[in-house]
Formats: sequence, structure tokens, C-alpha cells
Amino acid sequence: MPPVIEREQVLHVAKLARLGLSEEEVEKMAGELSGILEHVDRIAELELDDVEPTSHVVELENVWRADVPHESLDPAVALAQAPDPHDGSFRVPSPQAEE
Amino acid sequence: MSDLLALTALQAHEAMVAGDLGAGEYADAWRAAAASDELNAYLWRDEGGDAGALAVERPSIAPVAVKDIFCTEGVPTTAGSRILEGYRPPYTATAVRRLLEAGAPILGKTNMDEFAMGSSNENSAYGPVLNPWDPGRVPGGSSGGSAAVVAGGLAPWALGTDTGGSIRQPASLCGIVGLKPTYGAISRYGMIAFASSLDQCGPLTRDVSDAALLLGILQGRDPCDSTSVGLPDAPRLPDREDLAGLRFAVPADLAREAIEPGVREVFEATLARIEALGGEVAEVALPHAEHGISAYYVIAPAEASSNLARYDGVRYGMRADSSGDTIEMYEATRAQGFGAEVKRRIMLGTYALSSGYYDAYYGQAQKVRTKIAADFEAAFAEFDFVVTPTSPSVAFGLGEKTDDPLAMYLNDFFTVPMSLAGIPAISIPAGLAEPAGGGPELPVGFQIAAPAFGEQKLLDAAYALEQAIGFDAAPSGAPYPPVPGKRATGTGGEGGG
Repeated sequence: MPPVIEREQVLHVAKLARLGLSEEEVEKMAGELSGILEHVDRIAELELDDVEPTSHVVELENVWRADVPHESLDPAVALAQAPDPHDGSFRVPSPQAEE
Repeated sequence: MSDLLALTALQAHEAMVAGDLGAGEYADAWRAAAASDELNAYLWRDEGGDAGALAVERPSIAPVAVKDIFCTEGVPTTAGSRILEGYRPPYTATAVRRLLEAGAPILGKTNMDEFAMGSSNENSAYGPVLNPWDPGRVPGGSSGGSAAVVAGGLAPWALGTDTGGSIRQPASLCGIVGLKPTYGAISRYGMIAFASSLDQCGPLTRDVSDAALLLGILQGRDPCDSTSVGLPDAPRLPDREDLAGLRFAVPADLAREAIEPGVREVFEATLARIEALGGEVAEVALPHAEHGISAYYVIAPAEASSNLARYDGVRYGMRADSSGDTIEMYEATRAQGFGAEVKRRIMLGTYALSSGYYDAYYGQAQKVRTKIAADFEAAFAEFDFVVTPTSPSVAFGLGEKTDDPLAMYLNDFFTVPMSLAGIPAISIPAGLAEPAGGGPELPVGFQIAAPAFGEQKLLDAAYALEQAIGFDAAPSGAPYPPVPGKRATGTGGEGGG
């Protein structure tokens, strides 16, 4: 069963991703994602119940290093690229705008 | 001056070390060449003034064009995205730092698909890069700028990154050499993340010897990237002359794939060359490779959707004007800052990771990844290498595939399985072929993949094959000698073969 992405799902996923989409983008995205997922969905049919998933290809044990103190970025340098630095901090619009 | 540009990076290095070539004069010649960019390949160039944090005290290595995905202290770094317009990182990526420490100046930052998502360079917020062979065609992607500057004679060599083919495919479409090393060979520190379990940096060069030289500078363990392990031995310059005793595997399903006739012809001629050099060619089953694209287009977008969460208009990059609350500011910033392909992948990845779909998509894709790696492991029990065409077609036209994301994704068919398995693979130019739709002939790349950390064997075999092929074509106006010459011993200089 190829999945079909509906408009409502697009809006839900966009909200999860904190991504604003125009009306036009929502429509287009629904069709494009459906098409891509139809192709991707072929792997759903493979029998892989006993297969271990691979999240990382290089076999690494926990990597340890000595705890050596070193210089960190100067706060002024770290803030220099911020769109709205304020008083040694990153300023954002209020999280509680009027409803 | 054009004589200087004709040298390969290795020849120039040898001449500089021998005192036959002034590093300043050589770098100036390349700065002048880079300034003549008509391919939209550079986003930033060193104008020869104060390079600031990127200054090299005693240059002894050819200057490098660096994909704009590497953080460079004080120098604009956009990753091809509007959201990072004007961003000047406060630190430098380890790969770039290693170049500077080795004595290689940075020539410029190259254009790329936004956040390395694309196979044509048409996803850059700063306009597409043009292919030096034919400005009506794409250079490939996502390291299209890095491939175009090398092929077009705007840089002696370049740094790229490869997540699903982004070094190898543009190298193929531009007629140069591109190497994706084993995952972990080179530090990812300061390389803007796309899909962290797949991203790997590597060289784009005129010939295999230059690729070996650049790999030697870049590779190594880095305390700043705990997934970096380096190579077991420092790479040496390749010198193999034949392929006797080596076994090359061709995926058995290859005959069924949609490959342009011209590309197939060059591929088969190259197999015949391998046999003429004493190598053995046989088919091998890679039963899960055909599912590579499906697995990749779940795993890579899933990791990207997480990695790109950091672009929210708070700490760096652009912020959209918004009268609303914090979340509205995030949504407006990301809506304005990201291009269509990046939005598509963020949506795809977020969907695949969302509650109720995680096991069906992300979990299943990771299991397919295990099977693909196991297929390669089984193949390498019998064979030294797996070979394929790098790309199913030669360079395609600008705009030809932009309306069909899936068709664009299928360009990566031959390169994605190696990325999922984390193994090294190189693309070398193998000949020219007419595009399916007719027109002047364009370069065709031949891909060779080796077991993890098998870079030396891979470079040696690629070198032997390169000498036998003697690829002698270049875009019109390119300053370099067409034949990647058998390396002269001692000082370089002649080069031509």
C-alpha cells in the first residue's frame, strides 16, 4: 500500500519541524512526499525481522580522552554572529506572545 | 603563467620543494585564474590581501578551493544557504586547518547545493554552477563548485564532501578524479553537518596522484571528532603499473539498470582495459544494493532534519522579521532561510522519525543498511574491488530534472550503497560519451570501491588504470595538459604523457 500524504499530515509534520509553509508549498509537498515515499516504501516489504540495525559503520568502543582544560570561545566572539545579541545573551521574541 | 597552471598539484609541490618554483608566484597565478570564474563556481575568493586566520606563513603546497560547507574563521561560510548568508564562523574546520598547517593556502570557497542536498548544484541559494564542458549543463552535485573549478582550470585541486555521492558524481560529470574516503578517515569537525553517519570529506583533483597527496594531508584522528579514526598507514603516492592478481566485481544487476548507452560503452571498454592490465573481472551479487536509494532517502533526511534544527534564527545566521512569539519566529526564519529541496528533506526526515512511522521507515532503513554492508563484505571476501559507472548518465541539462525530485535522487543509484556501507570509492574519468539526447561528447566516470580503510590499494589500482586509459580530453580553455602523465620521478615539470 503506497502511503499517501494528506494535507493534514503535511501541516502536522511542518509543525513538528518548526517549518513555516505557504499554502502553495503545502499542496506541492503533499504530492512530492507521496511520490518519494511510494519509492521508499519498497523496503517495507523486505523480511528483516532478525537483522540488527546499523546506525554507524565504524566499530568504535567508547572513545576516551584526557580531561585537559583549554580556552573556550570568548563570549563576545560567540555572540558576534547572533541576529539579536543583548547584554551577553541571545535575545528572542517573548515565548508568550498574546494569544 | 599558463605553464604554471599546467602543473598538477604534485608537480607544483615538488618544484616548490626543489626551489624551482616560487610559492608566491604560483599562488598569484591561481588567484588570477580564480578571478576569471564565469561558472558561478566560487562564493568567496582570496583576493591576495590579508587572509587573516587563514594565512599561511610558508606556502609549499598548491592552493586549495574549499567547498563552502567547511567553517573558515572570519571568512563567509554559507553552505549554499540563504539562512547562513553573511555568517563568518569563529573557528576553522580541522580539514582546512590541516591544509593550512601543511602549507596550502585557501584559494576560495566553492558553490554547492544547499547543505549538500542535491546532485546538480541547482539547489544553491546563490545560483547554479555551470559545467565547464558545456555551460548549458549541470556540473553535478553537491560538490559541483569544487568539481567545476578543478575541471575548468580555476583551481589546481579542491575539497568536497560526499554523503551519498557528492564528490564522486560531480567528479564524473566534470571529467576529474573524486575520492570519497572510508567513513572516519578524515575529521568532520567544522564541516557543516548534513547526515552525520554518512558525511565524509575528500579530494577532487586532476589525477589520482594528486588525490593521494591531498588525502595524506587531510586524513588522521582528531580529538575534536570522536568518530574520526584516520587511516592505518599514511597514504603514499600510487605507483602500480598493472592489475595482475586483482579481482574486480561488477554488480550482477547492472545489466538491468537504466544506464545511457554511451556510459555503458565506456564502462565496458574500461572493464576490457582492466583485463588487458592483468586484472580479473567477474559478476557478483549485491542483492540489497537496489534498495540503497530507498534506505538512503530515509536515513539522510532523518539525520538532516535533526542536524538542521539548529538553524532557528537565535545564535547565528539570519532571523526573519516576525511580530509573533518565539515559535513563530523560528517558523518564519526557516521558511525564508531554507530552499525547496532542504524543506522537502526536513519534511521527509521529520515524517520518517515521527511517532508511529519510526520503525517502518528509519528502523527498516537501518536494517537495509546492515544488509548492504554485508553484501559488500561478502563480495570483498572474493574480490578486491567492486566497480560500476559512477553516474548512469553524462552531465544533464540545467533545469532538466528540477521538477522531479525522485528522478534527481536516482542519479545517486551507483554511489549511495558505498556511502551506506562506509567504504572508500573513487571516480576516475574513463572516456567521453555522447549524451542520450545527442550533442558533443562529455566525460564518463568509472567508480572503484574497496573495503574499509583500503585506500592505498584503491589508489594504486586507480593509478594503474588511469595510466592505461590516458584520458586526454579537457574543457576548451582549460590550462592543464590533457594527459594525466605518468608521474616523473624526481622533480615534476614535464607531466604530459
